[in-house]
Amino acid sequence: MENKLIVSPSPHVHSGDTIQKNMYAVLIALIPAFLVALYVFRLDALIITALAVLFCVGFEYLIVRFILKKEPSILDGSAIITGVLLAFNVPTGLPVWILALGSLFAIGVVKLTFGGLGNNIFNPAIAGRIFLLISFPAQMTTWAAPETTAATTDAVSSATVLGALKFAPETMPSLMEMFLGTEPGSLGEMSVAALLLGLIYLLWKRVITWHIPVSILATVALFTGLLYLFNPVPLYHPLIHLFSGGLMLGAIFMATDYVTSPLTKRGMLIYGSAIGFITVAIRLWGAYPEGVSFAILLMNAFTPLINNYTTPKRFGEVVKHG
Amino acid sequence: MLKTFRIGGIHPKENKFSAGMAIQTIAIPGEVIIPLSQHIGAPCQPVVKKGDKVKAGTLIGKAVGFVSANIHSSVSGTVVKIDKALDASGYKRDAVFIKVEGDEWEPAVDRSLSLVSECRLTQKEILDKIAAAGIVGMGGATFPTHVKLTPPPGTKAELLIINAVECEPYLTSDHQLMMEKSDEIMVGITIVMKALNVEKAIIGIENNKRDAIEQFRQKAKAYPGITVEALKVQYPQGGEKQLIDALTGRQVPSGALPISVGAVVQNVGSTFAVYEAVQKNKPLVERVVTITGKDVKQPCNILSRVGIPLNNLIAMAGGVPETTGKVISGGPMMGKALASIDIPVTKGTSGVLIVPTLEAKRKAMKDCIRCGKCVDVCPMGLNPTLLMNLTEYEVWDRAEKNGITDCIECGSCSYTCPADRPLLDYIRLGKGKVMGIVRARKN
Repeated sequence: MENKLIVSPSPHVHSGDTIQKNMYAVLIALIPAFLVALYVFRLDALIITALAVLFCVGFEYLIVRFILKKEPSILDGSAIITGVLLAFNVPTGLPVWILALGSLFAIGVVKLTFGGLGNNIFNPAIAGRIFLLISFPAQMTTWAAPETTAATTDAVSSATVLGALKFAPETMPSLMEMFLGTEPGSLGEMSVAALLLGLIYLLWKRVITWHIPVSILATVALFTGLLYLFNPVPLYHPLIHLFSGGLMLGAIFMATDYVTSPLTKRGMLIYGSAIGFITVAIRLWGAYPEGVSFAILLMNAFTPLINNYTTPKRFGEVVKHG
Repeated sequence: MLKTFRIGGIHPKENKFSAGMAIQTIAIPGEVIIPLSQHIGAPCQPVVKKGDKVKAGTLIGKAVGFVSANIHSSVSGTVVKIDKALDASGYKRDAVFIKVEGDEWEPAVDRSLSLVSECRLTQKEILDKIAAAGIVGMGGATFPTHVKLTPPPGTKAELLIINAVECEPYLTSDHQLMMEKSDEIMVGITIVMKALNVEKAIIGIENNKRDAIEQFRQKAKAYPGITVEALKVQYPQGGEKQLIDALTGRQVPSGALPISVGAVVQNVGSTFAVYEAVQKNKPLVERVVTITGKDVKQPCNILSRVGIPLNNLIAMAGGVPETTGKVISGGPMMGKALASIDIPVTKGTSGVLIVPTLEAKRKAMKDCIRCGKCVDVCPMGLNPTLLMNLTEYEVWDRAEKNGITDCIECGSCSYTCPADRPLLDYIRLGKGKVMGIVRARKN
């Protein structure tokens, strides 16, 4: 047995944490929001989510296997998350071929051309959504009315909260409706409560820390709150901004993507605050009613720079004589 | 709220299977092999030759240079040869082979169990006795104790910290020694305090050793100036800088010694050795070794003479398990994997951990997903994933600027990485390189 001893440098134990565990924890955290989407959009929610996951995982497998000629690692769960998040970010009535194109762009261009999981600069789901939004503006902003809204059962489309806020304030849903999630919008924009449940799970499982979501939400609340103090109209109402659009989804699930967000806590706070600020700026003064995805995409590009300038606080830097 | 250090840290499974197992003494075999290099610093010069008769406690290797420590025979008998022998480092190095005959000790050594509390020696006499006895840091680093207790000119120690943290999972040798030898350790502390000329000492014990904390709190009542502090269980609290931070809130600056914040840290086992050396004239020739592991039949704490093969100790714990894949000298976080178990116990052998094959193999590394968990756990506030990349691409100036030489090699980064990246392997390599560059620049 002498010759069979394994010799390797320390440490000789491992925490048992894996990439899969983290990815599947994110998927579990998305379940409450998915259940709300199922309730609101019924079968449509299931179909679009299943299709997006199928496309993303399928494209990743095919590209890695036949173009890159490597062993696909689709079981790591990251392509599944991209699929779910992409589905959560588009209207339920989106034509299937557009969804497929978005998945191909997200996985093929944004993720795999940069070297796959860990090497991509931009969040695949967000870049995919923006690609679709710019390429197919009409289809990407045709929102199906929730099937639970009795008054609008005969309507085929309706405005999102932010659309209404900006262009037709009289059609706004109530704050409570927004919190629970029965207003028009994409799958992931439904229930703030369900998304917050997901946040609690991710924090409890220590998959993410509070820094990014809290700094985004706090910046949005502060920025709009200040404006609201001077001019109390619904357009500046902080709670409407917090509860509407993709802010919660973006702050909890997309801005926190490990690969495209900063490494250090200080960096995370800078990144999160900047996302919050840009989001509000686009929402209030930009051409689009919604700005979260643009804000995240923009800050993804700044992440390497932030990493470079926010080194962690070194031991012994501050000598406290106690 | 229990105290702990402020940056990073992990909490691996403790697995202290041998906790509470009374210290058993192992029988002396027919031959012992005593390495001449059991400490950090220059190896000893042998002062015996083939055919010489030695007793237990006889000096066989003399310290060479400032950082070095004497080595004594742990048995009585005849020197067979001085030859190369494999040790825990994985290299063959000089060692004295002694054929055992009886168990006769040097007459000056007091082997009775009676407690000698009074010490009338001067500071200098104490330090000389510690140096003569060849005492080293017994937590694993094996830095010569008399050097540590002699602060460089211009510095003054204010506080003695006794490191009774034993933060490595599995190991219990210090814990058990504390339970069985608390009076001797308390006297040892007063002697070290005298050697350093300090009025205050703190014993830092992690809160998973409640019995030791209680016992030492009781004993400390009789010793003004000595206090016991229970610490939150957190690895690597046994690291000097971390322990000082935890207990005093002072952070030793990068590249500086603990004395720069007025502290000297001393391992609890070494403190017991100081007691034996100063009060009983007994050089450091035996120590407590934990033999443990998930599949070990009887995990235990063994009092072993230096030079007894680990094989014999493992046999006492029920033998080498069938499942064995790796044998580690020390704990699972910082211990060294051994190429053979036919190597002798040395002054720095705190334990032997036997790891089943299933857990001994590393998993294949994946690409970094930039989760930042290594950054969160680094107790030195470094960015391990960056340092690994800088080492991989040999960007030494940036590695230096990002503090690679501050790394204490605790392994928290590799332990935590969900992508199974060998962060510490690379950082250790880069640290060595950068230290070489820094040294060359100074010359």
